[in-house]
Amino acid sequence: MRVALFITCFNDTLFPATGQAVVRVLERLGHEVVFPPDQTCCGQMHFNTGYQRECVPLVRSFVDTFADADVVVAPSASCVGMVRDFHSRVAEVSGDRGLAAAVAGTVPRVHEFTEFLVDIAGVTDVGAYFPHRVTYHPTCHGLRLLKLGDRPRALLRAVEGIELVDLPGATECCGFGGTFAVKNSDVSVAMGTDKVARVLSTGAEVLTAADNSCLMHVGGLLSRSKSKVRVMHLAEILAGERA
Amino acid sequence: MTGTWLGMPPFPVAAREALGNEQLRTNLRKATGTIRGKRAAVVDERADWEALRVAGKEIKDRTLHNLDTYLEQLERKVTESGGVVHWARDAAEANRIVIDLVRAAEADEVVKVKSMATQEIELNEALAEAGIAAYETDLAELIVQLGHDRPSHILVPAIHRNRSEIRDIFLREMPGVTAALTDDPAELAAAARAHLRRKFLTAKVAVSGANFAVADSGTLVVVESEGNGRMCLTLPEVLISVVGIEKLVPTWQDLEVMLQLLPRSSTGERMNPYTSTWTGVTPGDGPQEFHLILLDNGRTGALADDIGRQALRCIRCSACLNVCPVYERTGGHAYGSVYPGPIGAILTPQLRGVTADEVSPTLPFASTLCGACYEVCPVLIDIPQALVHLRAKAVDAKRGKPSAERTAMRVAQWVFGSSRRLRLAQRLVSIGGRVLGRRGRIGRLPGPFKGWSGARDTATPPRQTFRTWWESR
Ligand code: SF4
Repeated sequence: MRVALFITCFNDTLFPATGQAVVRVLERLGHEVVFPPDQTCCGQMHFNTGYQRECVPLVRSFVDTFADADVVVAPSASCVGMVRDFHSRVAEVSGDRGLAAAVAGTVPRVHEFTEFLVDIAGVTDVGAYFPHRVTYHPTCHGLRLLKLGDRPRALLRAVEGIELVDLPGATECCGFGGTFAVKNSDVSVAMGTDKVARVLSTGAEVLTAADNSCLMHVGGLLSRSKSKVRVMHLAEILAGERA
Repeated sequence: MTGTWLGMPPFPVAAREALGNEQLRTNLRKATGTIRGKRAAVVDERADWEALRVAGKEIKDRTLHNLDTYLEQLERKVTESGGVVHWARDAAEANRIVIDLVRAAEADEVVKVKSMATQEIELNEALAEAGIAAYETDLAELIVQLGHDRPSHILVPAIHRNRSEIRDIFLREMPGVTAALTDDPAELAAAARAHLRRKFLTAKVAVSGANFAVADSGTLVVVESEGNGRMCLTLPEVLISVVGIEKLVPTWQDLEVMLQLLPRSSTGERMNPYTSTWTGVTPGDGPQEFHLILLDNGRTGALADDIGRQALRCIRCSACLNVCPVYERTGGHAYGSVYPGPIGAILTPQLRGVTADEVSPTLPFASTLCGACYEVCPVLIDIPQALVHLRAKAVDAKRGKPSAERTAMRVAQWVFGSSRRLRLAQRLVSIGGRVLGRRGRIGRLPGPFKGWSGARDTATPPRQTFRTWWESR
């Protein structure tokens, strides 16, 4: 399959290893991968912070960039949630019928990474090797907006050598919430600190998730508390190979 | 809305104070955790739960779309059954009507059934100013009232208090209580019962709200756990009910759905212990005078908003509070209104107006948008959607006024406007990050980055972005 990548502004700038891992996994499975170079941002930060009008040109540019793609894959549950649930609202706010039609045409072709693997490519065993104790945090947008369900865990379970351990209170928000982490940093840190305690209780070496944003928040707290637990995007684990 | 809650600090400030209170956090975690578990268990018993939610949503939507018709029908039916209907545009009008009615009954005290509407209009304070004493009869509400406190939860107003705190309040404030009182729940309840019984038997006037008002029969409905409400609804001579105009359901058949959704979602019970209904007056039985005050107080404003409107479906079950991780850590006071938690965050700014005071514009931001509230809401209110919508209203209301945030958002929009500019910005981020970083980590930063970096490290940005890696492949 010819797969167009949407790497998200955040992953592109701060977590390129995630995108690289996605490429590795998709190519290992025999897909042709392309990266439309005009892409920038899905507009989530603007939209969720109340800057809906500022979001309009970003949505327009998103649909232009991926107009010709058969399948778009992004390694971010929250950005896919933004595209799927809110691009139509942005189009509505803009009052531009053409944009609304373009959004309606694009949205069904956009998939989160684990969704693509399980539902479209039809695999759970991607041939990965990762001999570590890992715990998985289902991020809120993956859990509730996209309803990823067991897909990420099924993919992780199939990884050779992995020891996957349950995270207590997994479905509770880590407290990131985009600009919430700044606007309400005290509450955000209180939530994240509780999440950290639960991660530590699992004895895992690695905390993984389908969103680097939440991992950055929890990982930042782990790092400040001098913990040795690493955070890694799920794609990086699925890209793992025997040396 | 008026009065005491104004002057509250914005949510982030109030939240910080609450977070500093360890006892509060322990009390909240325990209480919400327990009730969350109970709710999940009784909801799981129902294979048709999703269908029930959809039915609940549709009943309320139908009502809201034809609110004028159903309100007129209700008015007609209540009048036919011997009641008197009053219309109140706002809190002041509603309070004045109640005060006039109590004076007409020549009473100087009233007993009260727990009611959000009367809290919203701050009736007790208005009555006190008019020289009329109001006695809350719901146990938790009584604890709040005696403690000169504010409610912290819709359903469990004293959720932030533990047993020993309650004992202290009773000792201090309840006539006839002696130091022999322990903090055993049964003893505390018995003390409250003795205290309340004296009030029930002497009060001439009762004030209630209603969980539902049935349009086609003119019937009002209150559900409760303790039976104190029923005492108020039956013993006094005059009954005054203050009811928000969104509390309607068209028919008794609709109640069937609501009375399954409400107790499961609120107390985690299959059925609430007491369900009281009353229709006008019945000669020789119960109150001989009945007044219904239909309250707007900002509701028609919310009704006019295509997305915000769904907040009026709310049946005040409090399920969204109990699952909200933000509420669990801050408690209700931080929300600066009688409606705390997720529903408060969307209802309060709509009832008051998003720019009405310091608190309202900060409430839609008091959420991570995790969606746990939407998952449990029995009438499918998409609270995250409404939050984001109200955030936009708060932002739009300040257009034209410069702010650091607006500037940052403008710059970000400009950067994201083209991949060439994004590339340039990425280079700056990478260089800046490496200047600030130590051993691969960025620690505490000043200025606008303080909120983020105060407790969290950030990995230094990589030298190579994904797109440069892709091109070099
Ligand atoms: S918004 Fe929904 S969950 Fe929250 S109190 Fe209202 S009905 Fe209950």
